Parts: sequence; C-alpha cells; structure tokens
Amino acid sequence: MQQLIYFFQKFKYFLFFLLLQLIALVLTFNNLNFHKSKFVNSANSITGGLYSKASNVSEYWNLKSENKLLSDENNRLKNLLEKNISVSFDKDSTVVDSLIYKQRYTYTSAKIINNNYTKQFNFLTINKGKKQGVGKEMAIINSKGIIGFTDNTSNNYARVQSILNKNSTINARLKHSNYFGTLGWDGNHYNTVQLSDIPRQAPLKIGDTIETGGKSTIFPEGILIGTISKINKGNSADNKVDVTLFNDMSNLGYIYIIKNLNKEEIKLLETQNE
Amino acid sequence: MVVLFISLLFLQVFVLNNILFLGYINPYIYIAFVFIYPLKEKRIPFLFFSFLLGLFVDFFSDSGGIHAFSILSIAYLRLFFVRVYFRKVTADYAFFKLKSESFGKIFNYVVTLTVIHHLIYFSFANFSFHNLSNVILNTLFSSIFTLTLYFLGTYIFTKSK
Repeated sequence: MQQLIYFFQKFKYFLFFLLLQLIALVLTFNNLNFHKSKFVNSANSITGGLYSKASNVSEYWNLKSENKLLSDENNRLKNLLEKNISVSFDKDSTVVDSLIYKQRYTYTSAKIINNNYTKQFNFLTINKGKKQGVGKEMAIINSKGIIGFTDNTSNNYARVQSILNKNSTINARLKHSNYFGTLGWDGNHYNTVQLSDIPRQAPLKIGDTIETGGKSTIFPEGILIGTISKINKGNSADNKVDVTLFNDMSNLGYIYIIKNLNKEEIKLLETQNE
Repeated sequence: MVVLFISLLFLQVFVLNNILFLGYINPYIYIAFVFIYPLKEKRIPFLFFSFLLGLFVDFFSDSGGIHAFSILSIAYLRLFFVRVYFRKVTADYAFFKLKSESFGKIFNYVVTLTVIHHLIYFSFANFSFHNLSNVILNTLFSSIFTLTLYFLGTYIFTKSK
C-alpha cells in the first residue's frame, strides 16, 4: 500500500497528464464519429451566442454579394413560375384539390455564423436550433447548391457537417441521365469534391452537371452540386471523377434548411426487416 | 493570468482563425500561454489550465479535442526543455524569468515547443497516413507564422513598459 502511494506521489504529474490526454483523445475520436459527437461542438449556447455576435458585425462586408445572390435566385424562381403558368393555361380547366397534394419538404431560412473549409473534417454553425424545429440529418442548401446536413442541435443553434468533411457521403447523379454514385471529399481542395462508384457504362463528359439523387432521406432530388472537371481514365475500381462545386464554400451567408416530412415513415419501412 | 487566458482565447478564435493566409496557413498564438505561464506556480493547475484553453479553442473550431491534446503535450514537456536549454534545476524554478534569459536560448525553447505543438496538431487534424506531405508543409509554414507573431508580440509588449 505504501509502495502504491509512493508510486502515485512520484508520478502524479505524469498520471494527471495522462488522464487529461485520455480525455482529449476520447473527445477527438467521438467528434469524428457522426452519431456520438455530443459534447464538444460549436452549437452550444455559449459559443453559438458569441459566434452570432461576431457574425452580426462581419456580415456587413458581404451585404453586396448577398443581395446579388438573392436577386439572382428571385430571377430564377420568377422564370420558373412563369413557365408553370403558361403550361396550366393550355388546359381547359384545372382542378386543384388541396387534399390530394402532399407536401414532402419544408424550407426554413437561417444564417451561417461560423464557417470552416480548410480542415479535413469541416463543420459549420447556423443560428437555428431545436426551438425552430431543426433536428438531426436535415439538408442544408443555398441558392447555388448543397452545403451539408445538420448533425448536432442545441436550443438555438445547430452544427452542420459540411460536404467538405471526409466522413460525408451523399447520393448524387448525373443531371442528363439517371446514373448515380456516391459523393465524397478527399480533403484536398475546398472547391473540388469526388464522385465515385458510377457505373462504367455511364456517359461522362467534362462539364456535365451533377445533382443530388434523391435516394436518401436527407436531400430532395435535383439539388445542384457542381460540374465534372476531371475524369480519371484508367482501371481503378471505383471510377472516380472530380466535381467542381457551384458553391464557393469559403463565402457562405444565408442558407435553407430542408426538412423531410416523410423521413420517419421511410426510415421505419427500411429498418423493418433488420 | 485570467486576462491572459481569455484574451489569448478570443484573439485566437475570433481573429487569427479567420486569417487563412494563402488559404490554409494560420498562426496558433494561443500556445504562448505555455511560454508565459510562470514556472514557479504549481504544476497541476498549470496543466489543467492549458488543457482547458485547448478545449475552449476546440469548442470554437469544432475539432473534438485536438487542440487540447497538443497544447497539453507541450505543457507537460515544457519542464524538460527548460532543463535542457536554460540548464536549470528544480531549485531555480522559483526565480526563473523568461525575459531575463538571452534571446538565443528563448528562441530555441520557443521554436522547439511550437514545432512540436504544430506537428501533433496537424497530424491529428489530418487523421490518416495520406497527405503526410501536407502535414509537414502545414507544420512548417504555420510554425513560421506563429513564431513571427509571437516574437513581434513580445517585442512590442516589452518595449512599451
């Protein structure tokens, strides 16, 4: 017993050091694991509050580009609306029955208050949380394309796992055909992501548009991602292509949170046989 | 000490984390806490506060416990390097002042600790055996940036007194 106490006395600094290192390691590993990252993240009320104060100040510098983005989007949506009206005039009469129509997604707008894009595992923080109905695994997009999906929420803030995160995998497809693959990131450049596992017979051309495939419960189909910038000819098994993002991930402001209203039902159905 | 702690933390997360010189080079000046913290204070609180500072930086930058791990490593290794570079024994710690040492010795001491910290940090941030050249390059450039900032800072603050 005395030996033991003597041992602790002698090595108390080292043991304390080891204990703290162990805590840090556990936090690091948990953070890399999507389902366990509960403790250390920027979506808690203290860091979230400080970040939203800081972004209130810095957003003035981006007002001009943000306005441009909004007016571009308005322009696009107005054109879309115009198209729809002209189609419905062709018919003699239309019956709009609100009971048949089923809404599948709801959109909420929010602001990014903290953005990362230089690390291997990037996360963003947004200023909406549980109180505004934001939960886990909701899609985050802006007018130009996808950004990521939520992983952790506190009362007023949420943390978003960016597509620039080595753990992110997203179902994506070619716009002009229905061949689909998996979108991931190799951690090198913040404007290039990788699309892999596309069938060999799929026709690929540089400049082809890639959009989300809709085969997940997170992203609706048809959200823009980017264009093919490099095709790796060769015999690699996974048939990887580089995709240049439409979004400039280093300059993000206001975003939309997409909530899938049928997510529970689909998940329940998919897990029934397990 | 509390003022130093908070000001280094806020300086790091709100100002320096946004620099991203050439897209990825960032100074990590918060480790100056380890250099400045007096040697005569007790060691357990020192280790604990260093850990806490790293953890807070982690909170802000969503990096798990990477900053905490790397700053704690150099906080623990500090005494070893004090012994090696300044040739001090335990009895000298009470009277040890970083400012009164010669610049060459301080330079060696600070450079060693900074490079160790950055190397550990970037290896963990990379978290795979791919892109090892990236780790080395990041360590090198960010170390240079941190060191320049640290020595400029100490120069300015000692002159003004």
